[in-house]
Amino acid sequence: MTLLYSEVEEELRSSVRGLLADRCPPAAVLQRVESEPNDLDLWKTLAGEIGVAGLLIPEELGGAGAGPGEAAVVLEELGRSVAPVPFFTSSVLATRALLPTRDALLGELAEGRRTAALAVSFAASPYAPARGSSVTVDGDGRLSGTVSGVAGADVADVLLVPVDGDLYAVEGAPVTVVPSLDLTRPVATVTFARTPARRVGACDVAAVLRFGAGLLASEQLGVAEWCLDTTLAYVKERHQFARPIGSFQAIKHRLADLWLDVVRARAAARNAVADASSVSVAVAASWNAGVAVRVAEEALQLHGGIGMTWEHPVHLYLKRAKAAEIALGTPGDHREALASLVGVPAPGAE
Amino acid sequence: MNETDINQRVAAFLEEHDPGGDRLEFLRARFDAGLAWVWFPEGLGGLGAPRELQQVVERELADTPQLNSGKQAIGLGMAAPTILAFGTAEQQRRFLRPLWTGEEIWCQLFSEPGAGSDLATLATRAVRDGDEWVVDGQKVWTSGAHHARWAILVARTDPDVPKHRGLTYFVCDMHAPGVEVRPLRQITGEAEFNEVFLTGVRLSDDLRLGEVGDGWRVAQTTLMNERVAIGGAPTRRGGGVMASVVSAWREHPELRTHELHQRLLALWVEAEATRLSGARLREQLAAGQPGPEGSGMKLAFAKLNQELTGFDVEFLRDLGYDDWAFRRSEDVDFFGRGPGYRYLRAKGNSIEGGTSEILRNIISERVLGLPSEPRIDKDVPWKDLPR
Ligand SMILES: Cc1cc2nc3c(=O)[nH]c(=O)nc-3n(C[C@H](O)[C@H](O)[C@H](O)COP(=O)(O)OP(=O)(O)OC[C@H]3O[C@@H](n4cnc5c(N)ncnc54)[C@H](O)[C@@H]3O)c2cc1C
Repeated sequence: MTLLYSEVEEELRSSVRGLLADRCPPAAVLQRVESEPNDLDLWKTLAGEIGVAGLLIPEELGGAGAGPGEAAVVLEELGRSVAPVPFFTSSVLATRALLPTRDALLGELAEGRRTAALAVSFAASPYAPARGSSVTVDGDGRLSGTVSGVAGADVADVLLVPVDGDLYAVEGAPVTVVPSLDLTRPVATVTFARTPARRVGACDVAAVLRFGAGLLASEQLGVAEWCLDTTLAYVKERHQFARPIGSFQAIKHRLADLWLDVVRARAAARNAVADASSVSVAVAASWNAGVAVRVAEEALQLHGGIGMTWEHPVHLYLKRAKAAEIALGTPGDHREALASLVGVPAPGAE
Repeated sequence: MNETDINQRVAAFLEEHDPGGDRLEFLRARFDAGLAWVWFPEGLGGLGAPRELQQVVERELADTPQLNSGKQAIGLGMAAPTILAFGTAEQQRRFLRPLWTGEEIWCQLFSEPGAGSDLATLATRAVRDGDEWVVDGQKVWTSGAHHARWAILVARTDPDVPKHRGLTYFVCDMHAPGVEVRPLRQITGEAEFNEVFLTGVRLSDDLRLGEVGDGWRVAQTTLMNERVAIGGAPTRRGGGVMASVVSAWREHPELRTHELHQRLLALWVEAEATRLSGARLREQLAAGQPGPEGSGMKLAFAKLNQELTGFDVEFLRDLGYDDWAFRRSEDVDFFGRGPGYRYLRAKGNSIEGGTSEILRNIISERVLGLPSEPRIDKDVPWKDLPR
């Protein structure tokens, strides 16, 4: 078990980073978020040329047969750019839900020809997997009910809907995007009304969400890294009182503390990849969610007035960080789970 | 050299030497077999092997006589790496073996009443007299000076140049005439540290470590190692202070509250994230890619230790204290003492070995590349600095 990055991971990182630097600078993301947030051209290149869509899919099912380590590195980079592409929702969450079924759809997802979304609320968690869903299945195998807060549904060709331990594939159900806190990963309400569905196989939703939470920690690391780097560059440049503001100790010490938080977030994220146990995931998910929010908030503050403007991209990161803090379990949810996992029982518990 | 080689060497060593025999004989033999610190060179207690193989040795020899990690901490953690980096072959041969076996205890004569965080401003003078140096001055907060045979000492040899340039590093003979050690009582009641008065102490020139005037650079080696030693020890998940707090928590369901529960879980997560970055840092070092993360570990450790020990007192609702008696401590008996002692002792963690404020300065300037505050002390001769 290692907490370092492998050479293969570093190579993948540099090709993803190179592409994003070219095609997805913050200004470009900012420009599109209010009209068409999802960048499907970029997704085509990422999925088709770099091959990120099939990382988690075994070769015999048409994928790259890589692992969570590679997916995590891609997520770090996508987080750094708040890139509006369905990697996390389709290639991580939906793919992970589908993997045990070995369904043929996996081959199409791997090539990026189609995208899928898991019809589970982003506000659900491994501990409350049904939160936000009222979907039921009738005797004819038709689905009825709604799921709120679904991420990636607006760009998905196929919805994967877990109901009572089974996974159903649905195409063409109505998806209503709602104004979302996270502009770069909007959520939608999905409605089923006796909608025909194909049963794909069994699904342990809690396990899928736990896997997702472990990897989301890497995306949160990327968000935090961008905020820290951008703020460092700014405080070295910006002068007040005839000095760079980064020479004031009040600011230096805050940045030193944030750096230490990010260092620990990197270790926690790598650990959740190396050892995907419930404890490791809960640690990474609770720590990294908090760090991403803290660093994004401090980044805004240390930019002064410019940080409060729509024009500066820091708000995209703050919104992503704050929404991701809720996604797949809040830090508090994960800490509460640790109580029984590591034997720190609550008052009144054994 | 790999794990198998080490295992074979340990096995061969254990055939020759009985761990149940004389403790000191055993430790000396272990040093001579190169199994003291395997990453040190051959002949100096090591095998020139990769550092991570040390854990193999420790595991295999876990049931044999051990070092006194408390009393020997300054020797092992600070003096030894400095002697290795800057000592002459003769100094290395003379000092390292008894340092490692614990036959000779070391202390650190750095801080002074007028020079703490700003160590480079120190005033203890060393004046050359033929083959000897004559040292006069006062040191303070010297942990374990009452046990020490030797000390690492920084003194001013040239007051006419800016402060960082006029320093020289010595090994000080704590038994030399003119060395006087007086206990200083701490907030815990006992005296771990001391004031040390140096009056006309004569040190021969072969006790100098490094060049005359190069003391600051030598001291940096010591200080970097000190911070790694304080913050970088490997622990297991939920181990260390956390283990003692959690076991109290499990034993006393009647004292648990929801608010404390939330805080404890948050601390557990922070401790685990900190432990993991320590593990990651050691992996980087072993892979020959030392990262700047090291400077952060001591900072994180101090904060956690203080919060956890404070939590412990509050949780136990313990209004008592085990023992205020003023005595010279043998050792830092962190876990043997009560929660009140741990709470008070941990207060030193953010002061000893560089305060947390100074560590944040170091991180922000050396790791993050932020500009330093305007300074008035860099180019002025030491003797002209305001005091
Ligand atoms: C338990 C214990 C054991 C010790 N053992 C030893 C030992 O064995 N040998 C030895 O040589 N020393 C030892 N020390 C001394 C220790 O290294 C010093 O106490 C420490 O470096 C701080 O120096 P000071 O006490 O003079 O405080 P000061 O330097 O006067 O600091 C006072 C306060 O000002 C802050 N401060 C100072 N400069 C700055 C700055 N530039 N920016 C922001 N804040 C600043 C400090 O962080 C601190 O909060 C020990 C200390 C303790 C508590």
